[in-house]
Amino acid sequence: MDHAATTPLDPEVKAAMEPFWSKNFGNPSSIYQPGMAAKQALGQAREKIAKVLGAKSSEIIFTAGGTESANLAILGLSRAIYYGDNHPKKCHIITTKIEHPAVLNAVKALEKEDLETTILPVNKYGMVIIEEIKEAIKPETILVSVMYANNEIGTIEPIAEIGKLLKKINLERKTANLPKIYFHTDACQAAGYLDLNVEKLSVDLLTLNGSKIYGPKGSGILYVRQGTPIKPLIFGGGQEKGLRSGTENVPAFVGLAKALELAQKNKDKESKRLAKLSNDLTGKILTSIPKSFLNGHPEKRLPNNVNITILDIEGEALLLYLDNYGICASTGSACHSQNLEPSHVLQAICLPREIIHGSLRLTLGKSTTQKDINYIAKILPQIVQKLRDLSPINIKLKK
Amino acid sequence: MKKNNKKKEVKKEKSDGISRDQTQWVYSETVREHFFNPSNFMKPEEEATFKSNASGMVGSPACGDVMRFWLWINPKTEVIEKCRWRTFGCGAAIGSTSMLSVMITEKGGMSIEEARKIKPQDIIERLGGLPEIKFHCSVLGDKALRSAINDYFRRSGQISRIVPEEGRIIDPDTKTTDKDIETAILEGADTLEKIQDRTKVGVANPKVIPEVEQLIRFYKEKHSIS
Repeated sequence: MDHAATTPLDPEVKAAMEPFWSKNFGNPSSIYQPGMAAKQALGQAREKIAKVLGAKSSEIIFTAGGTESANLAILGLSRAIYYGDNHPKKCHIITTKIEHPAVLNAVKALEKEDLETTILPVNKYGMVIIEEIKEAIKPETILVSVMYANNEIGTIEPIAEIGKLLKKINLERKTANLPKIYFHTDACQAAGYLDLNVEKLSVDLLTLNGSKIYGPKGSGILYVRQGTPIKPLIFGGGQEKGLRSGTENVPAFVGLAKALELAQKNKDKESKRLAKLSNDLTGKILTSIPKSFLNGHPEKRLPNNVNITILDIEGEALLLYLDNYGICASTGSACHSQNLEPSHVLQAICLPREIIHGSLRLTLGKSTTQKDINYIAKILPQIVQKLRDLSPINIKLKK
Repeated sequence: MKKNNKKKEVKKEKSDGISRDQTQWVYSETVREHFFNPSNFMKPEEEATFKSNASGMVGSPACGDVMRFWLWINPKTEVIEKCRWRTFGCGAAIGSTSMLSVMITEKGGMSIEEARKIKPQDIIERLGGLPEIKFHCSVLGDKALRSAINDYFRRSGQISRIVPEEGRIIDPDTKTTDKDIETAILEGADTLEKIQDRTKVGVANPKVIPEVEQLIRFYKEKHSIS
């Protein structure tokens, strides 16, 4: 029940990757037969992905995962402009408080390079307010980065609407001789469930990876719209149009293409199935456990995400019990983090710390069945009661 | 998703940055045993009838740990004959409170003078170790225990025997003292962030932070740490 953390490799994906480990192991840069075969496979993988995104295959850059793609998008674009030929004195970037650390920490790194940043708050459902993006835009703004769907609370952000707004603003900026604002979205959590067409979304950069869609770990892509300025983070032999040097991980990229193709093919049916299961689970938990509530948006959320806060108990203790019953889950509690800091997403939706400690994330996936939901719905209230009996506190629920 | 699938399930899960579970919650068998089968905790049905003559509580829900102790101290022998506790917190917090309750009541019970000397290290040792990140925030039981012993003195009119917590309390929620801050600095925590990682001082009480920062400067100068 922790599919938002990672997913197992789909057997079909594994089969597609199989020939490229030992049999067709060629380096796509070599000009002899095995090299050419690898190059061809890589080209086909790129085309498949481009097709899903409604993009050109030349706009797909293979990377070693979501974190690298997001870093390349944010650092690569900002540095290309900031240190570029026109060399503006000031550059400004807009993002949100609930982004994945891959985006937030890349933006923070740019603050140290004297770029200006605005990190926008979100509403209580975890949704960014379009009006606030509009207000945050400055003459020197060059990039807006907003995630497609949040990994913790599952809230889906209005990417297409933001894209449309930026398109309109960019037209006005063109006549005013102001720099274009590029738009990046981190679609890692969305890739299995939402439409990824870059034209419909009006994005210039899009990050996605394999490990959340039953593809191989260590595989990702960055979509870079033709004409978008971008500089590499990794230098070397000039692979991936010079944006990502290093011998291409052919099996991983073949696997990623297969995984994305399968995910998008099944997305409507699977989304429907999972939404039914997760709504059922949420309903059962909220009715059987007093002083519990759902985090994130009640409707505009990923179909596989259930994020619940249960008062008076601590998340790590809850996870240990669930693990003992064979259920893997996740929490935003500080006691479960490396730095003793509670979840930045739950802080951003203004939950007080004492409440964040009792958060529980259950993320469903392909293997989840109604039987699993019934099992969790039966076990969870028992565990909560046990931990509440141990707990000396009784927080009042204000809503 | 049944119990026999457990090992397989755990293995395939990796952190995505929010589950943040790389190494930190590997607990010893003893911790797990005390966590899953805690000893001496106050059952809801006992609360009205459990006879106690001392109680103490430390921690704050905002920090993620709260511990409460109830003791029955024999007034003649001053031995802790019975104890009950409740803890809000992680596996380490629950496990360490349970272990402490065993330590003070085993072999006929511990005298309050001895009990007062128990340090977090003694509890951690009996638990067969704890992840280091859990040392300073989750083991608050000894403080709750000393707070309860002081309560016993207060209730029995022995005001002169009350021992204030070593040092001066800086943060009333975490009961972090100036001594705790000094110790943390001597152990290498040289910034506010690092000290908060260890003690959680000021996390729920930001108003004490200026004082903490002053103490950091003071102790760094005192020990010539730059």
